[in-house]
Amino acid sequence: MNYVIIGNSAAAVGCIEGIRKNDKESAITVISDEKHHTYSRPLISYLLYGKTDEERMKYRPDSFYKDNDVTPILGKKAVKIDTKNRKVMLDDGKAVPYDKLLVATGSRPFVPPMKGLDTVENKFTFMTLDDAKALDSVLTKDSRVLIVGAGLIGLKCAEGILDKIGSLTVIDLADRILPSILDETGSELVQKSIEEKGVEFMLGTSAAEFDGNKAKLTNGETVEFDVLVIAVGVRPNTELVKEAGGNVNKGIVTDRFCRTSLPGIYSAGDCTESHDITTDTDRILALLPNAYMQGETAGLHMTGTDKPYDKAIPMNAIGFFGYHMITAGSYDGEKTVYADGENYKMLVTKDNLLKGYIMIGDISRAGIYTKLIREQVPLDSIDFELVKEKPQLMAFSLADRKEQLGGVR
Amino acid sequence: MKRIFVNEEWCLGCHLCEYNCAFANTVSAGKSKANEMAKALKGKKIFPKIQVEENDGIYFAVSCRHCTDPLCVKGCIAGALSVKDGVIEIDQDKCVGCYTCVLSCPYGAIMPAEDGHVAQKCELCTRNSCGSPACVAGCPNNAIVFEER
Repeated sequence: MNYVIIGNSAAAVGCIEGIRKNDKESAITVISDEKHHTYSRPLISYLLYGKTDEERMKYRPDSFYKDNDVTPILGKKAVKIDTKNRKVMLDDGKAVPYDKLLVATGSRPFVPPMKGLDTVENKFTFMTLDDAKALDSVLTKDSRVLIVGAGLIGLKCAEGILDKIGSLTVIDLADRILPSILDETGSELVQKSIEEKGVEFMLGTSAAEFDGNKAKLTNGETVEFDVLVIAVGVRPNTELVKEAGGNVNKGIVTDRFCRTSLPGIYSAGDCTESHDITTDTDRILALLPNAYMQGETAGLHMTGTDKPYDKAIPMNAIGFFGYHMITAGSYDGEKTVYADGENYKMLVTKDNLLKGYIMIGDISRAGIYTKLIREQVPLDSIDFELVKEKPQLMAFSLADRKEQLGGVR
Repeated sequence: MKRIFVNEEWCLGCHLCEYNCAFANTVSAGKSKANEMAKALKGKKIFPKIQVEENDGIYFAVSCRHCTDPLCVKGCIAGALSVKDGVIEIDQDKCVGCYTCVLSCPYGAIMPAEDGHVAQKCELCTRNSCGSPACVAGCPNNAIVFEER
């Protein structure tokens, strides 16, 4: 058997580790247009403020490819999948034959058409290690930086660079920050804490036009800057599968074993859609844990273990300047709110299930809430009043606790 | 593999396991004098990797279950969590303190470390001077045990 993986991040590593659980012998080839050893993309902001370095941000040890008998083809781009002859075509004209293929091509920054953007000298996106290094190379202690986008990527970028620059403004068309993971109260709390560190927000507005170092905003104001970072969103890299005739909606369509509609071809990670069990809808869940688990599911299935990936939920753990938040699930349902200044918690219930939660500040034991969502635990089977107060195993029945903590099967 | 198991019917909620855990990971751990633990921990807020839950006369201690299919390891964005000989270890040098593991752990058994910058978890005292779980060794009631089940 000949396994080929396009991509070299979490989904790819999950797939390799999944394959090697069952098959220690067959060849695995990894193709990536990035030259780097597998590294953690979400760590690029930590790299910029010195919490990690290029050595420590490797997602797996240096010996990973060797230990797992993987042949890496790095710095080459896969440009086409020839499904008829089962080959991946590379940008240097070479072909890599496969029996089973994982497409883990991830996503790319979305740069919307903006008038005058070509007149901006220092403009960056913030997704890859090379992006981060390029941005870092132009920053000085006097730089005025404008970040377009107050989502996860834009704000992590802000945290990463604030200490090394002069001033930082973040604009977003939305009227609040992090709308994809927080409710209004949460957005307000986190915005305030980030503002206290010296970041200026201009919300509910966007750049109507750029002219060199000036951005004219739709609200009539003008922002002058030296460096521009565009972080308005990402788009999945679905082209290889689409052009090969595979089913693609917003992301690549896969089944519970991460198979695409094309024979022998699997897909995992930010380029795919997942089935969000909290909303019962298919959507892109561009999250590292999701990517790993999809990749692992694919790797296991390629090698004969049918272990479905059917518990996907949106979830994020993130912090800005030491202020932490954990969120999961969806927020349509009955809300219970606990707030005491620094700390905020919101739980969402519907149909006897916990559907989602937000914890800001105190994030202790959040995983117990995540479990209730992921395992769709009926709330009338536990002491929900106890668990509402704080996440605790006490809320489960004695029999359950014996299983969880006593090794009773 | 041997794991820590809980016999909650024997737990008095004395929190000694928490103190033994906190002490096991201090510099003076391993010294045998009875008052060393008090010297090290007296008057300090402790950050144990095992935590006692209590409610209405019920007590039990919770620490990492060392799952065979660990969500924390799979979810770690930094590759800082790994499984070595069945023990889930954390490389705090790689950890950036995003707490995706806190989000992932169904037992609530991973927590921010004392400095608030990285996560910490029970490693069965395999990486401190104790060599086997200090919480279990110090439990007077067999409310936590270290064994194969």
